[in-house]
Amino acid sequence: MSVAKTITSYFEELRGTRIWRSVFRSGTGSSTLHRALAVQQNVFLHLFSTKVRTRMLSFSATWYLGTLTFGTFLILVGTGIPLMFYYHPSVPQAYADTKDLQFVVSSGLFLRNLHRWSAHAMVFLVFAHMFKVFYRGAYRAPREFNWVIGVILLLITLFLSYTGYLLPWDQLAFWAITVGSNIASAVPVMGNKIHFLMLGGNMVNANALLRFYVLHCMILPLVAILFVAIHFWRIRKDGGLYAHQSEPKTVATNAVPAAAKGVQ
Amino acid sequence: MSDPKDFIAGMDSNARKSPTRVVFVTRRTSAQVKVTDEDQVQTYPEVLFRAVVAIEVLAIALVGVALLFNAPLEGIADPSHTPNPAKAPWYFLGLQEMLHYFPPVVAGVLVPGLVVMALIVIPYFNINIEAEGLFLKDRKRRVLIFYLGAAALSVFLLVFDVYVALLPTLIVAGFMILAVESSPQSTSAFRRYLAGRPLSYWIMTWFLFELVVLTAVGTFFRGPGWSWVLPWRS
Repeated sequence: MSVAKTITSYFEELRGTRIWRSVFRSGTGSSTLHRALAVQQNVFLHLFSTKVRTRMLSFSATWYLGTLTFGTFLILVGTGIPLMFYYHPSVPQAYADTKDLQFVVSSGLFLRNLHRWSAHAMVFLVFAHMFKVFYRGAYRAPREFNWVIGVILLLITLFLSYTGYLLPWDQLAFWAITVGSNIASAVPVMGNKIHFLMLGGNMVNANALLRFYVLHCMILPLVAILFVAIHFWRIRKDGGLYAHQSEPKTVATNAVPAAAKGVQ
Repeated sequence: MSDPKDFIAGMDSNARKSPTRVVFVTRRTSAQVKVTDEDQVQTYPEVLFRAVVAIEVLAIALVGVALLFNAPLEGIADPSHTPNPAKAPWYFLGLQEMLHYFPPVVAGVLVPGLVVMALIVIPYFNINIEAEGLFLKDRKRRVLIFYLGAAALSVFLLVFDVYVALLPTLIVAGFMILAVESSPQSTSAFRRYLAGRPLSYWIMTWFLFELVVLTAVGTFFRGPGWSWVLPWRS
């Protein structure tokens, strides 16, 4: 108790310093106003609303799936950047670099493991998040478009994972991408063109590795960050996390009179 | 999933507890009470703290997995040597499983394209807005359409030998038949629950079943030449 109190008071003291106040615009104090300002006056946190319905904190309401998905994304950025320091997107250097990460670079094996398992976890969590949102009915108006952004983020996640799959340049990577990219050839009329555009050639080769590397390390993460920001911001704009019976129903139903009769 | 429906009205008429009330008059002129002053907490620190803890727990779990299990790394890519079977990443193995049965333009382009389209348009259809049981209204016609649709889909899957996709279809159809035979007055809570499920619920549940089964089969039960293998027998 006293330890917690001390930490809190130290933190409040820190928030009161001139430097802190020059960085964060919210000012000090634990009043509701200052706590609201801490969110509202922060460029990142202002995506969120300053208040959340108490019952949305319960684990059963969301299973924290959206939060956890974002968590895997943070881990993937955090492990991905150091991995880039040890990697050349060229053939056959890419494979040698991956081998070095396994056996030479200190903690390289751990970095790669964490990156890969987090990537699998992210794909799984995105799907889980989608189904949870669906079964709660949280996609309904006025949240339709945030659901659509969610579908876009699902696709971005799949592309991110898929492009990353090629980078180790081992047999597993090469043939998984070969199998996957061959599907693109099946698109009517322009299938072969899409296939060629994707790989920079007619088969998975050094050009494909470079393209996948650029997509994986730069373009897709940036697009993902953009859409995640919109996704978070829309939660606030659309009235906060969806809670049952939190909003008026504008659609007349036959069930209403029946239920109302039952109560009266 | 078993949460109460949104539109149950007249639940709270305690003027002291909820002084602000808005009345919504619906088609048959019954009033609906909306509680406006719900308990809220500050995002900072309450919600952010919980989010950070959740992410930390996840990070610890993933670090544990990363310490215990190594990511796979095979020999260097060799275009002249095709492994058998050559498998896509696990989340595409449901698709690859379907490619085994249908031409690539169907299994690789049409089906995933339609799935993405269907996911995008979900909130723009009113089918689940009312969240009414599928078979509660217009019962005769809907039951007929359901039986015809389920039979047609099953025959289609049978003709193409897609037993892997047939099994989840039959299971979901079985629950739907139980829903047909149930009503909100059923004695069992499970049957009352089934009777209250709307169309979108059934479609999504069927999709979820197919996704899980096809992906699991593609991942664990497919060996050389995409033949059926048992994962516990190497």
